[in-house]
Amino acid sequence: MSEDREQPPLDVARLAGAKARGKRPYFLENPDAERVLSIAMAIAGELAVLRQRLDTIEELLESRGSLTRAEIEAFVPSPAHAQERGRWQQEYLARILRILQQEAEAQQRGEEPTSAEAGARMFGE
Amino acid sequence: MQAVSRTDYDGPPDYRTVGRHALLPNTTHDQTERYNFLAHLNRHLAAEVLPGVTAAYQSAVEPDFRQRHGRAPADRHEVRRELEGHSLYQMWSALRRNAMEMRQQSGLTVVLGQLRELIERSAALADRQRLQLNPALEQPRYLTAVDHHCMPGSYYTERLERDVSAAANYDSGLFVTTAGLLGRLADGGGRGMVAFLRKLRPDFAPQRILDLGCGLGHNVLPIAAAYPDAEVTAVDVAAPMLRYGAARAASLGISNVTFVQADATDLSAFEDGSFDWVGSIMFLHETSFPALKRIMAESRRLVAPGGLVTHVEQPRYDAAMPLLEQALRDWDAFNNNEPFWTKLHEIDLDELMVAAGFDPDRLIHEGVHAIAEEEGLVDAAADEVEDYGRKPAWRITGAEVAA
Repeated sequence: MSEDREQPPLDVARLAGAKARGKRPYFLENPDAERVLSIAMAIAGELAVLRQRLDTIEELLESRGSLTRAEIEAFVPSPAHAQERGRWQQEYLARILRILQQEAEAQQRGEEPTSAEAGARMFGE
Repeated sequence: MQAVSRTDYDGPPDYRTVGRHALLPNTTHDQTERYNFLAHLNRHLAAEVLPGVTAAYQSAVEPDFRQRHGRAPADRHEVRRELEGHSLYQMWSALRRNAMEMRQQSGLTVVLGQLRELIERSAALADRQRLQLNPALEQPRYLTAVDHHCMPGSYYTERLERDVSAAANYDSGLFVTTAGLLGRLADGGGRGMVAFLRKLRPDFAPQRILDLGCGLGHNVLPIAAAYPDAEVTAVDVAAPMLRYGAARAASLGISNVTFVQADATDLSAFEDGSFDWVGSIMFLHETSFPALKRIMAESRRLVAPGGLVTHVEQPRYDAAMPLLEQALRDWDAFNNNEPFWTKLHEIDLDELMVAAGFDPDRLIHEGVHAIAEEEGLVDAAADEVEDYGRKPAWRITGAEVAA
């Protein structure tokens, strides 16, 4: 191990974010939109992590009255609590990806009037 | 949309239920939760977003194509190109690609932060007799052209000497894409094959078993455990996978597998008829057409009289499979660096097997699904969410050989 210490440390952040070999496909009409989507999803992921950490802290405080960082790291939710946390993830994703659900529903409903069209139709211009 | 009432939880299990062994990288609380988020994101994309894409195809994309062309789409490529113009498909794809990239970044963050410890642990644990590396082996072109499933550095890159990072990353984050469907040790494919063989040949006790493209050995371990008297050989081209695999096997108490660095297209180190059972599990799609022909020829050459050969893959694109399903299954070929995936699934493997010398009257065709076999985890057969190309519900193409 001592010889390992002499080696320079790995630049984890840079290496972990490295690009895989092969040209990346872009899917959206506008690559800028895709870039922003990618950043938004990364932030969404970090927010989920933070929320679960808060849930862990609350659970530890409620059950033990105090906590250490080591207890947070070693925390394992009970099966029922793990399911509760899983349900939160499901609801969270449904919230942040709401627009996709609504677009899918619109697709199934077919042509619908805009509010202006409905107004004009019912009450005149 | 009907009201959603969830009496039973149907989401992915918590990452903390993953099977432990001495090599599995440690994760901090937040790294664990990053995996949990990504497993949920993948599940959400498959269970909630993809049905909208499918419906859009049926109600808009396909009718629109018919109107413009006066006919239905002729093949999966036409379907794919039409889908690519639809905004829901675009968003689903952009999110799916992102989920994969985030999974890789999360896994590498976990692994690289403790890589030196992992290397030391694997070197200490692996039985040297059970690990045969060949540093002179050149990586095949089918692996080096692009990094498979967006895994930076692929299976073979050595970031440090005696590296295991590719395997550790693969093992650590596999849960994110499979969400427990492969079982706690991600060995459901191997368990499924054991169940298949016991049903096909209840009295067969193979003495010599060969696993092609073993990776880090997820699937070969339950096979080795089911046939403890057998001598098992697991081959792969990537040294980091094999080092990790040998150490992982040792830590799980499996001592009858030898991990050998070799290309499945050329196993000339082994004599004809060296194995009673020659198999691969979800390996062929990461090769190439010329490689596939050689793999079939080597399978035939290496199987002993009375033995059998089995290759497990996702189901073939045949006339019975709707074109939309084919196009969705092709997603990984075009968008997740699995370039051979699309061709492989249109190939008639039977023809290749017969051309390689197998008896057309003794071919094997069977479905097989991953068996999770553990409380709280769902067997793939019971899972209702279809995640085209990702769900571990597979086909066996194989052959028995006359005694």
